[in-house]
Amino acid sequence: MTEHSDWQATASLKALRLRADCLSRIRSFFDERTVLEVETPLLSQYGTTDPHIDSLRVSSSYQDQTRYLHTSPEFAMKRLLATGSGPIYQICKVFRDAEIGRRHNPEFTLLEWYRPGFDQNALMAEVEALVRQLLATDMELAETLSLRYTEAFERYLGIDPLAATVETLAQLASEYGIDIEMDSDEAQRDDWLDLLISQVIEPQLPKQQPVFITHFPASQASLARLDPSDARFAHRFELYLGGMELANGFHELTDPTEQALRFQAERAQRREAGKWDVPEDQHLLAALQQGLPDSAGVALGLDRLLMLALGSDDIADVIAFPFERA
Amino acid sequence: MASYSTTDFKRGLKIMLDNDPCSIIENEFVKPGKGQAFSRVKIRNLKTGRVIERTFKSGEKVEAADVTDVDMQYLYNDGEAWHFMDPESYEQVAADEAAVSDAKLWIKEQDECIVTLWNGNPISVTPPNHAILTVSETDPGVRGDTASGATKPATLESGAVVQVPLFIDIGDVLKVDTRSGEYISRSKE
Repeated sequence: MTEHSDWQATASLKALRLRADCLSRIRSFFDERTVLEVETPLLSQYGTTDPHIDSLRVSSSYQDQTRYLHTSPEFAMKRLLATGSGPIYQICKVFRDAEIGRRHNPEFTLLEWYRPGFDQNALMAEVEALVRQLLATDMELAETLSLRYTEAFERYLGIDPLAATVETLAQLASEYGIDIEMDSDEAQRDDWLDLLISQVIEPQLPKQQPVFITHFPASQASLARLDPSDARFAHRFELYLGGMELANGFHELTDPTEQALRFQAERAQRREAGKWDVPEDQHLLAALQQGLPDSAGVALGLDRLLMLALGSDDIADVIAFPFERA
Repeated sequence: MASYSTTDFKRGLKIMLDNDPCSIIENEFVKPGKGQAFSRVKIRNLKTGRVIERTFKSGEKVEAADVTDVDMQYLYNDGEAWHFMDPESYEQVAADEAAVSDAKLWIKEQDECIVTLWNGNPISVTPPNHAILTVSETDPGVRGDTASGATKPATLESGAVVQVPLFIDIGDVLKVDTRSGEYISRSKE
């Protein structure tokens, strides 16, 4: 249904100027640190195998191919790292099917960067420096809080997320007024943890304080390497600000065998959930075979950063034409 | 049986929940940084009118509810049921007291109402936003008092009681807002 006013932008002129200013300041930040700006394809031969992210598929009449709009520039940027690019960053649109809401638009802007030689701690420090610089005039930020994933659950829910039974997690959700029908087998542990972190912990996080959540459970490692001293956890972190997830980073997995196993595990999860299958990115696997330098990488949602700068709670306020008006 | 996925959710969508037909009022997409997404939904139970919150795992399927809103004319009440007719098909339905609920206080014969049907059976009735009704009982009118702003209760022919200005008399025809239950004006009809 098209309303008469649907041709108009939902973002104010102030928001558009803020975006332009933010982009130019990000470029200066990385320019000063001699990080190279790069571009990689939006239309890839491979999609993401992540069971919780669906790529948008595009059909090309050229040799009757299916292409996938990238959900993050991660794989292509890692291929550049393996070619010896050194530190790189990219600002680009990414696409995630059917993610739409007050904090989500299926097409959104990511800032993603990779730092050879950094571990997650060094990268977290750089993320913090950039965010503080970009929000300096818009937000009074208190000192940064860093919590391990288990500490966040202990602090806000009083449980150990790995030791608690899944029944306990389900019981807690119910105590917090969440009415949901979901199996409570061990296989659903991560789903219950995702439910609790997004609906109970996130809203309780301090609003004016950057919060890093680190050491995610190995089952949620995604593309992070596991902690060599305790393989129950992964070197993955997230940054929260204003009670909203702003960035996700890894000390990157470089082992091609482990990467191939994770792809297969994710494909199996997709099959089990009745989702369509995705071919594994052979280019990434080949690049890892060649050798990915020891690196840390992070993706930061620029639209959400602009929401914070503007004091808005709706992503439509910072995007000229959100999905419904695109 | 038709079903919807959470990606179909939007305001006004009719779904079955706990064996009752419901209408989605609000749908919020919630997702942690990575991991499972959820839909947090506010839903009105169309039989009881109660609003509840429910969370669904993204991609989950729910049964569609066969619910339609039909413009119908109120015919009469036979003591047990309220009878309505579709002016186009002349088809008639009988709504019980639970379905008619508060609407019965505002409707008189031949009024156009919206009847909500679930599998063809009436589950709720929405009266016209503005009703024209005659005062059947109130204290005697105070002539000339059109400015004091004071009010008194008046019972209307349909049974509703509304606050009216002091100059209103028995037999006056009033225009009232059925959503707020407020007096709007005297009617010339």
